[in-house]
Amino acid sequence: MADSAPTQPKPSSSVKLVLLGEAAVGKSSLVMRFVNNDFQENKEPTIGAAFLTQKCNLPTRTIKFEIWDTAGQERFASLAPMYYRNAQAALVVYDITKPSSLTKAQHWVAELQRQASPGIVIALVGNKADLASAGGADSSDDADAAPAAEGETNEEEEGTDARRVATRTAKSYADEESLLFFETSAKTGQNVAEVFTAIANAIPETSLKGPRGVGGSTNLNRQEDARVNLAGTGMSMPDKGCAC
Amino acid sequence: MSDNGNAESHAPETAPEAGPTTPARKQDGVEQRDFINPTINIIQSASRKTSYSSLSSLSQEGTPPPLPPRPKNPNLLNSRPSTAHSTAPTRPQLVSKATTQLSYPNTQTYNQEARDGSPSTGPSSGASRAKEFFGLNTSRNFSDVEEVASVRSFAPTDIGGGDVESMLGEVVGDHEKSLLKSLGHRFQDRESESMFPPDPQFEDAFKQEFDDIEEMKADGSNEERVMVQWRAKLKHFFIFSSAAKPIYSRHGDEQILMNSTGVIQTLISFYQGANDTLRGFTAGLARFVVMSKGPLNLVAITRLPESDAQLRAQLDALYMQILSTLTLPSMERMFAKRAAYDLRRPLQGTETLLSALADGFTRGSPSTLLSALECLKLRKSHRHVINNTLAKTRSENLLYGLIVASGKLVSVVRPKKHSLHPGDLHLIFNMLFEAGSVKAGGGENWIPLCLPGFNNTGYLYMYVSFLNLEQPSEQMQERPRSKEGDGDEVAILLISANKEGFFELRGMRDDLVDQLQRNGSIATIRSAVKAGRPSCIDIVPGSPLRHFLYKSRGNVQFCMPSFDPYFGSGIERRWLMNLYGQLHAHLHNKPTSLKIHHETATTNISLAWTTPLFELYCVAPGTTSRAALAQAANKVIQWVRREEERVFIIGGAVF
Repeated sequence: MADSAPTQPKPSSSVKLVLLGEAAVGKSSLVMRFVNNDFQENKEPTIGAAFLTQKCNLPTRTIKFEIWDTAGQERFASLAPMYYRNAQAALVVYDITKPSSLTKAQHWVAELQRQASPGIVIALVGNKADLASAGGADSSDDADAAPAAEGETNEEEEGTDARRVATRTAKSYADEESLLFFETSAKTGQNVAEVFTAIANAIPETSLKGPRGVGGSTNLNRQEDARVNLAGTGMSMPDKGCAC
Repeated sequence: MSDNGNAESHAPETAPEAGPTTPARKQDGVEQRDFINPTINIIQSASRKTSYSSLSSLSQEGTPPPLPPRPKNPNLLNSRPSTAHSTAPTRPQLVSKATTQLSYPNTQTYNQEARDGSPSTGPSSGASRAKEFFGLNTSRNFSDVEEVASVRSFAPTDIGGGDVESMLGEVVGDHEKSLLKSLGHRFQDRESESMFPPDPQFEDAFKQEFDDIEEMKADGSNEERVMVQWRAKLKHFFIFSSAAKPIYSRHGDEQILMNSTGVIQTLISFYQGANDTLRGFTAGLARFVVMSKGPLNLVAITRLPESDAQLRAQLDALYMQILSTLTLPSMERMFAKRAAYDLRRPLQGTETLLSALADGFTRGSPSTLLSALECLKLRKSHRHVINNTLAKTRSENLLYGLIVASGKLVSVVRPKKHSLHPGDLHLIFNMLFEAGSVKAGGGENWIPLCLPGFNNTGYLYMYVSFLNLEQPSEQMQERPRSKEGDGDEVAILLISANKEGFFELRGMRDDLVDQLQRNGSIATIRSAVKAGRPSCIDIVPGSPLRHFLYKSRGNVQFCMPSFDPYFGSGIERRWLMNLYGQLHAHLHNKPTSLKIHHETATTNISLAWTTPLFELYCVAPGTTSRAALAQAANKVIQWVRREEERVFIIGGAVF
């Protein structure tokens, strides 16, 4: 928990990060890869939310991620505000083999922009890149270089390829909303560390000064408890009703 | 029981065929199932009869069990091999191959055609039967189920027909067969250890019980094969809404279930139309139990020897799991809006929890059978220290705090006015230790759940942290996946009504672990977990007792010795649970409930005993005398009395 000796000179700060996205897109697997460098096929669905921590070393500072890995099922949607409130970063995950998951991701992005803290860094992540054919994998690597061309080939290759969301589509959406964008594979580890490093780099220094450390975020949580609790308990039931 | 009887009399197909079997089953008194095929019934009732022959009294004189009643068709009985003295695990009905059996006139004693309803009469079978009744003990034979090879290779002799062989997925050559035959009796002696007669078909079915069913192809080309696989399952659970919308099924998808669901829904509606409730019926060897709970219909289909009441308890647990996910009012609201509501969507992701529960029942769960909890055996003073630490570190919004080691309760802190409902705890333990979702994730978890036994209208929030016993101060990073629930997983569960209480409870957890480590309790728990359950030999030295279940009725807790070494395999355990299930049914059947029930079968002898304080079930090999078993039972009770505060949590920490 405490900073170890070598990191002492570097400033260290905590960043609260939340993962959102449809069920079974691979949120927990991404976290597992990032935290334990491990992957499990057919992981069982998360229930509620899991809380994990992992450090990320940057040249100038150390970022300690406090990660909320939330469950993607609809019945947990009403609990999401509890996790993204005060979050400095969010990973919105979709599955490149499932277009509906991108739509869901767009909803999450909209909700975050509307309700989360204004400075929140959002990364759009297309997971399961290993399921795309070689061309697809390439396209994610040089997504910046030639996204358009690669996107085209992907669409043509759909017969042999499990990819159903073109890199280009997602990338242009991410640019529009000024989100970070990556295609990852929790299975192979491709781009996973990069996502977290990019987020760490994107967090503005100023926002690190404020809610620093575990205590800080905890306190913030508590301050808002009363308000959200009142609304929250009242809201959660109708919410569930609407979900039907 | 009245429910049962009621349902029976209404089930149209059972009535006419019940005639020939009823006399033989009077003593049985448990359930009257398996009416469909009179042939099979006669055989089964004959074998059951023997098992239940010396009912109900310890003091019964030491005469051998009476011969089975004279059946309608003596030929059938003659062909019954000695192995048919099972405590009646039901098995796939493979009548189609009956005639092929005739080509094996010289079958060995372990030829089991008779159980499959074939009319073959091998000369040796009759002889072996005679032997069995003269010298009960010598013929407790060839039952080592762990000897997969031997048992497997009997299967072809037993079956003959090629189509059936392919179903078992194993064809053994003739050479092998004759080799085994030549081994003859030596085989039997070596395997006389086991307490249950072998039953290769049941074993095969059980082995494949948890395998997935192939998916039905869009064009239905593999339909037949899928249906065969589906029917081969020993046990099914399915849940659908009163509008016949599928909600959950353990085996098979919507397509396979469509017919069954339709038929059962029609039957249910039929009885509802007559202002009656359908509770269960029998078709072939399968017992169907139906439970209607508001908008949900839950159905259990079993070919295991289980009573209706036991199946109902299992269905109730599944229902509780659904409520635990949704809460009762919100589920009712969903259906109030639209009767044809698809409940699968809000339940998405909980199939694993339901299936983990269902598989637990199919494997056999003493906890559900007895509706009781098991505790980790600890010295009283050690438990006292842990209880006090829990109470001392209790944070403001805590409702329940628990320390659990692989489904065994270590310690609990609770408010004075609320006790914990065993059903609720079973759901939690199932989620943590059977379904992998929480366990495999790493890190800490914050789980909203409804504890229906506590309050079925709202959610509570549960903080879960698995403990690394070697280095408790460190977060457990990776936990090995274990379906069986190895003894080394210790979890701290802190439950609060406060939705935002995660960090508060997390603080309490750190505090708790810190103090537990300082006062040495972590080490205590670690060694208790490592020690595992005591063995029968340790508990009652020198007794023939193989296993027992002791339930303390007052504490709603139970204890038992380790399954090893006698019941190490899944199938052995299932057989043991079958036996316990039958004993339990005898004690709990309403009109004829017994205080003491004693059973002798060829391979085992068992005793069930209930008093206002406890329920005790114990089993020993068939060679054991009644007196020795009774003596062992008394010793178990003395042992529990002596160790009561170690094996049970009495009171726990209360605030």
